[in-house]
Amino acid sequence: MKSFSNTYIFVFSAVMVILVAALLSIVAQKLKPAQDMNIKVETMQNILKSVHIESTKKNAGDLFNQYITESYVIGPSGKKIESSAAIEVDLKKEVAKIDKIKKLEGTIKERRTSPFKTFLSGFIKSKGVDVAGTKNQINKITASRQLPVFICINNADTFYVFPLRGKGLWGPIWGFISLESDMNTVYGAVFDHKSETPGLGAEINQDWFQKDFSGKKLYEDGKFHSIQVVKGGTDDNNPYGVDAISGGTITSKGVEAMLYDCLISYETFFEQLRK
Amino acid sequence: MNVEKEPLFSSKNLKLLRDPLGANNPITVQVLGICSALAVTVKLKPSIVMAFSVIAVTALSNVVISLLRNYIPPRIRIIVQLVVIAVMVILVDQLLKAYAYDVSKQLSVFVGLIITNCIIMGRLEAFALGNRPWPSFLDGIGNGAGYGMILVIVAFFRELLGSGTIYGYPVLEKMGLYKTGYENNGLMILPPMALITVAIIIWVQRSRNKELLETH
Repeated sequence: MKSFSNTYIFVFSAVMVILVAALLSIVAQKLKPAQDMNIKVETMQNILKSVHIESTKKNAGDLFNQYITESYVIGPSGKKIESSAAIEVDLKKEVAKIDKIKKLEGTIKERRTSPFKTFLSGFIKSKGVDVAGTKNQINKITASRQLPVFICINNADTFYVFPLRGKGLWGPIWGFISLESDMNTVYGAVFDHKSETPGLGAEINQDWFQKDFSGKKLYEDGKFHSIQVVKGGTDDNNPYGVDAISGGTITSKGVEAMLYDCLISYETFFEQLRK
Repeated sequence: MNVEKEPLFSSKNLKLLRDPLGANNPITVQVLGICSALAVTVKLKPSIVMAFSVIAVTALSNVVISLLRNYIPPRIRIIVQLVVIAVMVILVDQLLKAYAYDVSKQLSVFVGLIITNCIIMGRLEAFALGNRPWPSFLDGIGNGAGYGMILVIVAFFRELLGSGTIYGYPVLEKMGLYKTGYENNGLMILPPMALITVAIIIWVQRSRNKELLETH
């Protein structure tokens, strides 16, 4: 076996790393537009599917422009935010905001309900929870929420489409839900996932699971109730529940939590429209 | 250098292609790459794409390593191999994302996990480092195909028995089997059944080819 000097090894590795880095970044740059296009087309197809319009990759753009007549971003108070476009809102960030708010709310609650912890934190002389400050923080994050709305007009009927995003068992799950103009009845829903178990949790992107959502109600006696994904099946007439996927319990629960968390942010908006 | 001219498809070279498909199969005989064989074989389509991706990666990285074999310092050869494999896999992944988006979504993390597929590194270490580019290329194709073949066979049975479809086409439903009370076997969808299917293939292969039996 030939022997190589240390200098040779260092130079060899350095050159290799630089060449590889250059190659990969060029390829990534070149392919980026095609990849972004795929994602955008998929989003459009999903939005159209949630209002029961089937599209192919080719005609998705045209159909989208034809049926989705308006889209905008609103804040939590229901006011439009003019500076951002609905299709470009980064839902990952929105989910992170929801999580952060929940966590902060949790710290306030814990501080109030656990005397043992209070005792401990007094003992080790930590400051404890700054309730007012935390509340301030929560309000700040809430105010920064961006909520996209897509409006679809099909045969004189108006539907409102809302994006969803949450957590499944292995990774993120997302989808779109469309409501009829009473802002209560679900018209259609689509879900997709990154890496749920094939045949189990992954079934959320199948029609048999999604079609159950049509006709369900979000409000019970004027109170936000959302839709439950019921393990072991539910009555078809139950307006607030759909069948869960057997063997996909955590993904099913993820869908349920996603629906609740994402839609409750729109509560003010729903109410404004209903008037 | 005295390079004897050898026909491109000499019997020695053909053996490189044929061996991994049978008596020296990477999965059933060398028992490599089992983990990805369990993960992507629920449906036929992703496993076919996975098979082609692995063939491409083994063949190309074999060629690259073989071309560089006299310049790679032995002390860092494993690192170099890993870098080459990683580059190939990222290229495949990026290309799939750009031109076969649906499939890349189905395969999700498993394309990235080709990097950890022991077959590829095994071939680089055992073959490409000591052979010329053309035989290395054939060896890569052969081993990739041997891996892919098993993947497709396993996926065929798992999809048929687990979901009642072949390549997404509902065969059993068209045959009217469900009306007779037949039900899909949910267990086939889960990874353990891939292991059992692979084991059955190994069993069949060894009972037909006694040379593969271990003597003790």
